[in-house]
Amino acid sequence: MAGYSYHRPRKSITLTVLLGALLIYSVLPLTWMLFSVTKTQPELLSSFGLWFSGDFAFFDNVRDVLTHDDGVFLKWFANTLVYVVVGAGGATVLATAAGYGLAKYRFRGRNAVFAVILGAIAVPGTALAVPTFLLFSQWGLTNTMWAVILPSLVSPFGLYLMWVFSAEAVPTEILEAARVDGSGEWRTFFTISLRLLAPGIVTVALFAIVATWNNYFLPLIMLNDPDLYPLVLGLYQWLADASGIGAQPVFNLVITGSFLTIVPIVVVFLVLQRYWQSGLSAGSVKA
Amino acid sequence: MTPFLVVFALFIVTPLVYSMYLSLFRNQLMGGTTFAGFANYVTAFTDPKLWDGMGRVGLFLVVQVPIMLGIALIAALAIDSGRLHGKSFFRVALFLPYAVPGVVAVLMWGFMYDDRLGLTGSVNDLVGFPLIDPYTKQWILTAIGNIVTWEFVGYNMLILYAALRTVPLEIYEAAAIDGANQFRIVRSIKIPAVRGALVIATIFSIIGSFQLFNEPTILKQIEPALISTYYTPNIYAYNLSFVGNQVSYAATVAIVMGVITAIVAYVVQLRGTRREI
Repeated sequence: MAGYSYHRPRKSITLTVLLGALLIYSVLPLTWMLFSVTKTQPELLSSFGLWFSGDFAFFDNVRDVLTHDDGVFLKWFANTLVYVVVGAGGATVLATAAGYGLAKYRFRGRNAVFAVILGAIAVPGTALAVPTFLLFSQWGLTNTMWAVILPSLVSPFGLYLMWVFSAEAVPTEILEAARVDGSGEWRTFFTISLRLLAPGIVTVALFAIVATWNNYFLPLIMLNDPDLYPLVLGLYQWLADASGIGAQPVFNLVITGSFLTIVPIVVVFLVLQRYWQSGLSAGSVKA
Repeated sequence: MTPFLVVFALFIVTPLVYSMYLSLFRNQLMGGTTFAGFANYVTAFTDPKLWDGMGRVGLFLVVQVPIMLGIALIAALAIDSGRLHGKSFFRVALFLPYAVPGVVAVLMWGFMYDDRLGLTGSVNDLVGFPLIDPYTKQWILTAIGNIVTWEFVGYNMLILYAALRTVPLEIYEAAAIDGANQFRIVRSIKIPAVRGALVIATIFSIIGSFQLFNEPTILKQIEPALISTYYTPNIYAYNLSFVGNQVSYAATVAIVMGVITAIVAYVVQLRGTRREI
């Protein structure tokens, strides 16, 4: 291979086409959705899925979603925001503090703590869900927002990520130098470590946000008051209404509601991904 | 550190212990709850409904996980090779489905599967006979597998891609100087480099398969006849406790399933790390 350089390999058409097929598969349902949100209920049932048909009904659909059942969709949206900000925010703070602590401080029983937490990643959600529900009902917490928020505060996976990341990104020598200079542990954490940890924190936050925004199982068992539902559970409710026997078909609501549900999370994801992709490549430059 | 441990103890350890405690009792319509020792476990091991579900997720695991991870590995290698046009676009677009809520993913595919609303109808019209019909007994598990693959292929691709990025460029240069071709580099450098990440991705996928719940539950709304109340062990446990009021037996089913998951994950990890040496 004359003139071959690993830094600038030749572009391969075959490979691009191959991955292009995978790409089409990835975006196919989203494309279908983009066309479907523009259709009225009858057109939805009768037209080809991957093209426009009939009147452009997108704004009518959005209005229907927002006003259906006295604007319950907006309430679900607000609930979801609360769950994400408190739940995912709290999970990120706790995982960061604990992961950093595990990576940078030696204490008795450290290995045992780590083993237990790693084991916890493997515990099936449902093995916990039923007993958590029963415990919460004894404590009077079921059917409150706390029932959804409190369990989402624990993220063993986030802790694991932060532990690995802290061990890599924050050199122990810097911490020792700061200690010698008389900086307290808290001050060192906030002025030095936090900055170095930023890409890791963004990554953990991203996964926590996605997990809470999309959380379905926990609210499903904990809540029966529709006023407390997050978006995904509300959509599930609408789907049940739409497909039940003798129900009014509201597929256009379900589809447009789904669309409005994924727009914010996709935006957050695209905005944040610049940061965590830089975090990823920073790791590889160092290696 | 301490706050995490408090929350951890409260919401993971406590429910776990409580669940073990519950599994030792028996709920009866008459006579309330009585101590039953290990009777629930004996029942569980001979419960055809539990093993029906277990067999289904086992089959799912053996077929879907290798397909998904295989595609993820190929995609990660292709993006890492630098031979793609527009590689960052591919990376983001393939990961995008991960951000889509499971409920919405199932809704979209569920409608697309439907021959009234969706695309299968169009495809079948095109070929003139019912070529694909996901809503039949033979196809429904494949249909679920497709949704799960769609949701997680990009996520796994990213884990593997991150591992590939940690290989120093000098190694590739040295290999190229030594005359190693692309396939040789992939086999001797890249695959070993991602082995650890592959083991982790496999373990997460195994856990996910055993816990299969959301996709079949939501599809059940669209096509109720095809998915039973014990379709997966998780659905079975859910229905036992929230529909059947058999809380103790549900806890037993959850524990049996958790133990089996842990054993399988542990075996995979042992095998994965042994080959690394």
